[in-house]
Amino acid sequence: MTTPASLPDIDYAGVAPVLIILGAACIGVLLEAFVPRSQRWAVQVVLSLLAIVVAAIALGAYLYTGPQNTSTFAGSIALDRPALFLWGTLLALGLGSILLIADRVVEPGGAFVAQAGIRPGTMLDKEQANRSSMQTEVFPLALFSLAGMMIFCSANDLLSMFVALEVLSLPLYLMCGLARRRRLLSQEAAVKYFLLGAFASAFFLYGVALLYGYANSVKLADIANAAGGTNRSDALLFLGMGLLLIGLLFKGSVGPFHTWTPDVYQGAPTPMTAFMGACTKVAAFGAILRVLMVAFGSTHWEWQTIMWVVAGISMLLGAILGITQTDVKRMIAYSSVAHAGFLLVGVLALDGSGIRATLFYLISYGFTTIAAFGVVSLVRDGTGESTSLSSWAGLGKRSPLLAGIFTFLLLALAGIPLTSGFVSKFVVFAAGMSAGITPLVVLGLIASTIAAFFYLRVIVLMYFSEPAADGPTVTLPGMYTTAAITLGTLVTLLLGVYPSFMLDWAGTGGFVV
Amino acid sequence: MTPTYYLVLSGVLFTIGTIGVLVRRNAIVVFMCIELMLNAVNLTLVTFSRINGGLDGQIMAFFVMVVAAAEVVVGLAIITSIFRTRRSASVDDSNLLKY
Repeated sequence: MTTPASLPDIDYAGVAPVLIILGAACIGVLLEAFVPRSQRWAVQVVLSLLAIVVAAIALGAYLYTGPQNTSTFAGSIALDRPALFLWGTLLALGLGSILLIADRVVEPGGAFVAQAGIRPGTMLDKEQANRSSMQTEVFPLALFSLAGMMIFCSANDLLSMFVALEVLSLPLYLMCGLARRRRLLSQEAAVKYFLLGAFASAFFLYGVALLYGYANSVKLADIANAAGGTNRSDALLFLGMGLLLIGLLFKGSVGPFHTWTPDVYQGAPTPMTAFMGACTKVAAFGAILRVLMVAFGSTHWEWQTIMWVVAGISMLLGAILGITQTDVKRMIAYSSVAHAGFLLVGVLALDGSGIRATLFYLISYGFTTIAAFGVVSLVRDGTGESTSLSSWAGLGKRSPLLAGIFTFLLLALAGIPLTSGFVSKFVVFAAGMSAGITPLVVLGLIASTIAAFFYLRVIVLMYFSEPAADGPTVTLPGMYTTAAITLGTLVTLLLGVYPSFMLDWAGTGGFVV
Repeated sequence: MTPTYYLVLSGVLFTIGTIGVLVRRNAIVVFMCIELMLNAVNLTLVTFSRINGGLDGQIMAFFVMVVAAAEVVVGLAIITSIFRTRRSASVDDSNLLKY
């Protein structure tokens, strides 16, 4: 304890993508203070998009020139291949989400409230709904959240992981409550997400404390070392692990910890739902993958049965409850619970092919989700988005192109060949089979069959029923939403037809210890 | 002065917080119970730091305090906005989103 603390070596080139995003977020907050209200939107959009592109270039440069499988900040941030792959995924999905957030054509003024302080239901509120400005703090908040996600899935010790968890969550809680229309629902979603999220992170933290007591360190590698052959109390290890996993599975909206998902997906502004659905899933599963493989890989015989049960519950719950939904956003939320179960199959393979399958699943699911929510935001009636399933009847006759795209995306979510959904389910289940968890794979196949029912029901509704006379209209999307939907749809198609290059990228290496 | 007693105390505090979150109806009180859980964690961290003879646990307690403060800022903003809308902070009244 007497030696003076020395600064750890920092690989600035390696962490540049995160630093760029964080720096842009800080600049964005400053811009809010100094730029006149009328110009803020344009400045923030340019800054956010530029930050993501520059961060992606920095990441690409590091991938080509930097060392492989190192870690920096004294081992706190891993710069291994899965982490860098997930960073790339998050940046790409973040770009799509920022495009959706930036759109001001679909909803005049944007999907976000003009002034969050105005009380819903008052005259002022009706006036703000028609104003053409929005709360532009959303952009820096989204960038903060994105940077938190990037740290979250590369954190190699539990303290960094906890701080990153909060950095990614706190902006999300706020952004959920900022919808321009249906503000009561939006605020309710924010309160629910916040209280449940804080509750879950308290569990995560107690798990961290118990693991610290067990291993006298919160580094994942030290926990693995301590777990391999000592006479310490296993109660601390497994109690800590269980509590830690509750926090992580909550973020990934897995199985019995999913209760917030449908409410928050429905109440949040749709671009935010897309961001949450795609990016949070990526970050959470990146962290689950790392924690389970690096810290608890050596004791997997003790806990894997429980995780199999969790994965099974998640698939079946998502698939069965999805059938009963009457709202498109809630339906996709339950579908995401089912997908979380499928993703866990890949994670629980606990080997190289499992990592590859999970990473591929995450990127393909993310793009499909962003495009799907982009389409959802276009179907509108007088009061805003029309998300009730019955109002989607006959959409195929009214707007063939949009219905066609949505059909394709639903088929991708269901896992039909020639879409990325099929390839990702295939690689995940193949990894599960070769790791010997056949019962779970069979359960996964059954659950995907059940889930296919509710996707196909929407397709039938769109094409084989008459449109209602006072039904919703399909808004012509602006440049940004068109770009986001096109990006998501093209990636879904590309990864379905020609998946091998992405599978190669996803499978280039394992975790650094 | 057995340090283990402090672990038991922190476990009890954490449990009280958890039960509070589950049974109380006022959003502010629910939030205070979550803060109680975080402080129970702090006590655990400091106690383990004492038992194991390192300083890491104490440093982590500082991190937890900072994050808890940030969480209060965001949480109270959200709870205040919903209270202004509904004139009530009861979590039972927020029931528009269901099924």
